Amino acid sequence: MEAKTLVLGVIGADVHAVGNKILEIALTEAGFNVVNLGVLVSQKEFVEAALETNADAILVSSLYGHAEIDARGLREALIEAGIGDILMYIGGYLVVGNQDWSEVEAKFKQLGFDRVYPPSTLPEDFIPTLREDLGM
Amino acid sequence: MNRTLVLVDIGSTFTKVTAVDTGQARILAQSSAPTTIQDVSIGLKNALQGLGLTAEELRQARKLACSSAAGGLRMVAIGLVQDLTAKAAKLAALGAGARVLNTYSFQLTEADREEIIELGPDIILLAGGTDGGNSENILHNARVLASLPQPLPVVIAGNRSVAKEVAACFPEEFSTYIAPNVMPQIGKLQVDPAREVIRRVFMEKIIYAKGLDKAERWIDGIFMPTPAAVLRAGQLLSEGTAANPGWGDLIIVDVGGATTDVHSLGTGLPSRAGVVLRGLPEPFAKRTVEGDLGVRVSVLSLLEAVGVDALVQETRWTREEVESRAQLLHSQPEVLPQNQAEAAFDRALARQAVRHAVGRHVGHLSELYTPAGLVWVQEGKDLSQVTTVIGTGGVLVKSDDPLAALEGAGKQADAPLELRPERPEFYLDGDYILAAMGLLAQEEPEAALEILKNSLSNYKLCGEGTIVG
Repeated sequence: MEAKTLVLGVIGADVHAVGNKILEIALTEAGFNVVNLGVLVSQKEFVEAALETNADAILVSSLYGHAEIDARGLREALIEAGIGDILMYIGGYLVVGNQDWSEVEAKFKQLGFDRVYPPSTLPEDFIPTLREDLGM
Repeated sequence: MNRTLVLVDIGSTFTKVTAVDTGQARILAQSSAPTTIQDVSIGLKNALQGLGLTAEELRQARKLACSSAAGGLRMVAIGLVQDLTAKAAKLAALGAGARVLNTYSFQLTEADREEIIELGPDIILLAGGTDGGNSENILHNARVLASLPQPLPVVIAGNRSVAKEVAACFPEEFSTYIAPNVMPQIGKLQVDPAREVIRRVFMEKIIYAKGLDKAERWIDGIFMPTPAAVLRAGQLLSEGTAANPGWGDLIIVDVGGATTDVHSLGTGLPSRAGVVLRGLPEPFAKRTVEGDLGVRVSVLSLLEAVGVDALVQETRWTREEVESRAQLLHSQPEVLPQNQAEAAFDRALARQAVRHAVGRHVGHLSELYTPAGLVWVQEGKDLSQVTTVIGTGGVLVKSDDPLAALEGAGKQADAPLELRPERPEFYLDGDYILAAMGLLAQEEPEAALEILKNSLSNYKLCGEGTIVG
């Protein structure tokens, strides 16, 4: 079976590069075809990269607390581009301070993310779920 | 060993020939004659006669040619996403020396198809999808193009997984060529192979369609579009050869009546620390063509792009004077300046064309405030450390003060975030040899580099338009 293609990137004005590199390495080792857009990635870049590569999933990171503002409208942009049903994950320090996780998760699911992960999630914590969601 | 070569440039108005002695690395003679479009071999013979070589010398000399006659190489570039494969396709076509008539992204519509028929390109470059990526779009576009009434050569440089399928969409009358993907992965540009394929198609097909094959009896080889030859010369001068170092990163500006071309040779990586690079990486040898920035046929769109006020400020003419002179130059492109004021106007036009064409060619910095502080984002090539800027083309070469125009390429006080050369030295292609040396570079790079360096050094421009020789 052909490897599944993932678009990976840190959204918005966020320059946290280390976790992004770790994810790229872990996902590549896990056998995925990783298209890493790096840091400071705009919604437009996520959409365009997913289009050109015919990606199977988009993995968004955000580590500076502004994820809600940055990610709002991404699902709608994907729908406009004709790939609205693509699988989409988000993870990291999504909000500022200690907010109730179930509320945070609900908020991001409402924004169109299929899975939402809290800080300090390790690659091995979500890769099995990702495989399952992609029908692998 | 002394060996004579003759380099031929068949332009839309003049056929220019340069004879060189490659043993001594020097120019023997230059000559030109009006291009005869019905049968280009007549103009070529006239130009060759002007060289003053004996019939035997002419017969023995190896002759190489490039051409921009009959509209040059006219192309349409097609990709999937505008800022990704469509842009990569456009860069590849420009690098091959083409005039890009239009660039299309996403699925071609019926209206696009009609527009392409109207434009009548010589070659279509069809890209779309990274390798293993999207395939529906390029297949859709291939089917639309396959229904064009006039069969055309199509260079396919998209998702390699479906390259053969894409080629199979076209009926036999179309000639299809498969090249490696112009963008095999997101963020990876690969335009050189497609560029080479386009050049081959130009050689095999287009010169016949344009009647340039009539000159073929007189020519021994390498028919390439003239802009491709200029870019090749720039590359040689920049990189040098194994034995002879080049001049490093450089920019070539060609101001014309209809367009202004800018070529840059250099990686354009950030020159300062703490800059984040975004957007599509750009090719080492990059060419852009500004179809709205010309000083004759396109002077009205030049005025629109730079604003009448910019010319008013520079010439101290009134708005009405500026506009009526521009109208005149547009409708009668052959008009030459008759007095100092008119010459100054031409200079101002050329300066604005250079300024804006270079501004669009170079990369830009933008400020981004993040929770981690200020971050600089660079898009495009950082050419701020480039020290060599070369002017070519009739407008600059014939100008009485080419330096004034070329200085438009340097740092501009009102555009501090454009990554233009900060400390440029200016040179003029005064012998008009860039295209010729691009041809020669294909066979005798050492001699071509030597001649280029010598000629340009003779035309180094320093202050007040004086030339130090």
